[in-house]
Order: sequence, then structure tokens, then C-alpha cells
Amino acid sequence: MHELAVTQSILDISLRHAKDAGAMQIKGINLVIGEFASIVDDSVQFYWDTLAEGTIAQGAQLHFERIAGEMTCSNCKDSFHPKDIDFACPTCGSQFVRITKGDEFRVDSIDVE
Amino acid sequence: MTVRVPIVENILNANDRLAEENRTCLESAGVFSINIMASPGAGKTSLIEQTLPRLKGKLRVAVVDGDIATSIDADRAAQAGAQAAIQVNTGGDCHLDAVMLRGALEQLDLTQFDLLIVENVGNLVCPASFKLGTDKSVLIASIPEGDDKPYKYPGMYRGVDALVINKIDLLPYVPFKMDYFERGVEVLNPGVVTFPLSAKTGEGMDAWIDWLLGQVKSKR
Ligand SMILES: Nc1nc2c(ncn2[C@@H]2O[C@H](COP(=O)(O)OP(=O)(O)OP(=O)(O)O)[C@@H](O)[C@H]2O)c(=O)[nH]1
Ligand SMILES: [Mg+2]
Ligand SMILES: [Zn+2]
Repeated sequence: MHELAVTQSILDISLRHAKDAGAMQIKGINLVIGEFASIVDDSVQFYWDTLAEGTIAQGAQLHFERIAGEMTCSNCKDSFHPKDIDFACPTCGSQFVRITKGDEFRVDSIDVE
Repeated sequence: MTVRVPIVENILNANDRLAEENRTCLESAGVFSINIMASPGAGKTSLIEQTLPRLKGKLRVAVVDGDIATSIDADRAAQAGAQAAIQVNTGGDCHLDAVMLRGALEQLDLTQFDLLIVENVGNLVCPASFKLGTDKSVLIASIPEGDDKPYKYPGMYRGVDALVINKIDLLPYVPFKMDYFERGVEVLNPGVVTFPLSAKTGEGMDAWIDWLLGQVKSKR
């Protein structure tokens, strides 16, 4: 539900780095977003079209690399995709598990001209 | 020709930096601060109402209340004895962010307070992503919400420093498997300090108040 604020941040970061690189135009934004980051791609793209208007990022394509959530068992070291009904390890049944992937939430790079 | 410019910057970096500024500002005034987060109706304001009278004469407390609209919660905090109560209306936003807290801090003479309690907007998802710069974040889970919430809202359970389990007076009336709930919490936030209590009957409040007083003391 906070896609507007997030989109504004993505735009600010992209414009700042484009300026530093002396770019004329931003063609693409490459985002890395983990499963646990609650963001809807379509909404970000929607806000983007409005927010980026009149900037050198107007018309830029947003690319979302989605990282699946992952838990790792402290007992048997197996990694698995978390199920939301129970966090137990599907291999050995242990409840000593930790989240190891899915928190990513960054602007990885931009493609500029 | 298109060239790729590497960035690798966290999307909420700007908010995080502002949160650090808030932290410095509170730190230099010697104020201990907590950010209370929970779903709507979990009992954030009720816990604050129960907490304030118990701190009377011990701590000078300011409350900042975030809500989408109305000043009902800040009024309740003032009524319950907060030395200052500021309402921040987020204008539709589902969370407080560091800019909003800064706006509220600017309205306070921070040297006049020992403790700042921030009540975030009722929401079990978004507030977790937006740091405010408070010393500790506290999540309130409440019994009628159900025992599966850690599994469904892992983000919220992971980042907090303390967990209040409110409305324990309702345990006899609502199905709630405490061990299932606690197992989820343990995975997401190993060893997090937990306070089962009722903001209605006052049961369990003492441990919570002791923790708060201890935290403020260790800050000095
Ligand atoms: N039975 C019972 N009811 C409670 C308890 N704590 C709060 N309530 C009730 O729960 C309802 C919501 O409490 P609030 O304190 O307003 O909740 P809140 O989290 O501040 O709500 P928002 O600010 O609107 O998100 C009220 O009707 C309270 O009386 C409790 O420990 N037991
Ligand atoms: Mg409230
Ligand atoms: Zn295992």
C-alpha cells in the first residue's frame, strides 16, 4: 500500500545517479525485490508513469527481478520455500529455521544514454 | 548507446537516513523512544492509556499518534496524562515515516521529556518498512486477531525489539493456540522479549512497565 512513496524513492535514486553519470536519458531501471517486500509491480509502474513525467526518466522501463523467499534449516541445513501455515523444515521436521532470502529491496542499476 | 550504471542502493535509503537524524536528535535530548506498531484495534492506544498513569511522577512522557485522520487517539493520550500529545495525520498513508516523525518532533521541546511513545498507524504490513529512528520498536499482537499472524505477516514480527500480546482476558473465549503462535514468533525473531497482558484488566502490565523503566534508565 505504500507504492507511491516507494516509487518516488526509486525515481529520486535513479535521477541522482543518472546526473552523477552525466546521462541524458534513463532507459531502464533494474530493481531487485525479495518476496517479503510487500510491493505490487503494477502499482509502481502506474505511479512511475505519472511521477517520471517531465524528467529524463520519462518512459523508462522498470525491470523487476523477484527473489523468492527462502528459509534454511539450522538442523539439516536444507533450504526451502516457506509455507505460511507452518515454518517447520520439510526435510527433517525441525523448527529451528531462519529466513535466508527474500528481503532484497534495492535499485541494482540503471540503463542510461 | 545505452550504458549500465551500477547503483545497488536500498530503495528506502532516504527514509533510513532521515530516521538516523531523528535518532541523533532524540539521543542528544536524552529521550528514550519507542515505536508501537500493530493492526487496527489491537490496543495500541489502550496500552498507552494503561501505561501513562503507571509512569506518573516517574517519567515525563510525550506521545505522537499517527492516524490516517482524526485526533481521537492523541486526545485519549492527553486525557490519560501525557505531558504532550501530538497527532500526525498521514493523509491516507498507511504508515508513519521518518519525515512525519521529524515534523512532530519539531513541535516538541524534547528537553522536557524522558520518554517518547509513537503510536504508528494501525497496519500489520507497511510500518515495518519505514524506520522512524526510535530506540526500540514494539509490536502488539492481540488474541482475537488469531494465532496465525506471525506466519502471515512475517515482516512485522521480524524487526521488532519487544512483543506485547494484548487482550489475554479474551483467551477463554477465543480459539488461540499459544504454542503455535509462539513457535512462529521464535522462528522470525528468536528470543524476542514478550509481554502477555490485558490493557483492559491491567493484568501483566507490571512486567511491561518494568521493562520500559529499565530501558529508559539504561539510556541515561
Ligand atoms: N477485551 C479487551 N479489549 C481490549 C483490550 N485492549 C483494548 N481493547 C479494546 O479493543 C478496542 C481497540 O482498542 P484501541 O486501543 O483503540 O486499539 P488501537 O490499536 O489503538 O486502534 P487504532 O489506533 O484504531 O488502530 C477497544 O474497544 C478497546 O477497548 C484488552 O486487553 N482486552
Ligand atoms: Mg489507536
Ligand atoms: Zn531440516
